[in-house]
Amino acid sequence: MKPAAFSYVAPKEVPEVVGLLAKHGSDARVIAGGQSLVPLMNLRIMQPAVLIDLNRCNGLDYIEHRGAYLAFGPMTRQIVAMKSALVREHCPLVAQALEWTGPVAVRSHATVGGTLAHADRVAELPAVAIALDAVMVIEGAKGRREVGAADFFQGDLTTAIEPEEFLREVRFPVCKPDAYTNFSEVSVRQEGVAVIGLAVYLESRGEKVHKVALAAMGVDSAPVRLRKAESLVLQRGLGAGAVQEAAAAACSEVDPMPDLYASAAYRRHVIGALLKKALVGAAGRSPDE
Amino acid sequence: MSDEAVAIELTVNGTRMQAQAEPRMLLADFIRHRLHLTGTHVGCAHGACGACTVLVNGQPARSCLMFAVQAQGAEVMTVEALETPEGLSPLQEEFRNHHALQCGFCTPGMLISAHALLSENPSPTQQEIRKALAGNLCRCTGYNTIVHAVEATARRIRIQPA
Repeated sequence: MKPAAFSYVAPKEVPEVVGLLAKHGSDARVIAGGQSLVPLMNLRIMQPAVLIDLNRCNGLDYIEHRGAYLAFGPMTRQIVAMKSALVREHCPLVAQALEWTGPVAVRSHATVGGTLAHADRVAELPAVAIALDAVMVIEGAKGRREVGAADFFQGDLTTAIEPEEFLREVRFPVCKPDAYTNFSEVSVRQEGVAVIGLAVYLESRGEKVHKVALAAMGVDSAPVRLRKAESLVLQRGLGAGAVQEAAAAACSEVDPMPDLYASAAYRRHVIGALLKKALVGAAGRSPDE
Repeated sequence: MSDEAVAIELTVNGTRMQAQAEPRMLLADFIRHRLHLTGTHVGCAHGACGACTVLVNGQPARSCLMFAVQAQGAEVMTVEALETPEGLSPLQEEFRNHHALQCGFCTPGMLISAHALLSENPSPTQQEIRKALAGNLCRCTGYNTIVHAVEATARRIRIQPA
């Protein structure tokens, strides 16, 4: 199928974007890399009357280290963020997740802001945002507001962004230099759409863990923190028995839906397996344990 | 603002051109129906198969996931540009030599993705080749012959730089 007709506008400056959104509201849709939006338009699942293209807009493409966090302009291409030395040093979990975001033709165009604003349930960066408590800066005619990841993602393709607003910036907290970070996922084929994935952030000394965040994707309509597994890891550390218990807790606390690609039971099993592998890695032991 | 055609200016395979395109016209359809460059194939039309892959400003892109109006000012390269005055390019020849195509539908996208890889990395490992081609689906070959063709091209380029 072909997209329904729409009007196209490519503003050069942010105030123009804000003005256009205020004028057109829910008739308009912002396009970033287009790698998720255009398929939906081609299938006519989405039929915006006005398409506001951010690809020509100045000042939306940057990565800046600002003390406690890395700020990403929403139009930062995923391939640029993935290769960025700044990201690899201060926010390795973001770079690790981007290794999974699809083939090079997609990743060269897809953006950091686009995937977060689109909020697909099996997109990688939302899971990282949930794990690290990233902050989304949303801008509209009424000004800017900051929304934490936990409140930002509200379900399938649904976020806290109102129709007159757009995602202006994303702030990922800087990871501690000796923290363990890991992103892993299982998909039907290499570089294909994920079935399930797990983002792990962990600070430890020896086998004693003092901070842990585990975010699973593909088990609900938005990424979820594995709170029971987290609290077990905090209490019991990374010993073999503790890891086994945490993995079992993860399996039991998620409530996934079956789909064409995987049953609920399979997803439940795999999230435990991914967690076990990651925690064993965090403890510096062999993954064959 | 309206949904009427807008003027665009872009470079396709080295030729600078001006054209009109309705906003909803996909770059893939512009290439095929306006420019009659039918080497670029449209398979799934939603970014899953990679048959429509072209280079936009040197980067591989799904031309079904981009509107022609977004290519304003861009340099687009399609599979037609691979051919040399002497005939097939080394990459195309190695596809033929290694039986890297059967029905040929995915081949333009495969060639463009492989060309992009070799332009950036003339000595890829087999894993790098597989990763670079992972966004291109082929239902005939089972992929191994395609990987072999790219490996053979890399060997050839190393011996005799193009």
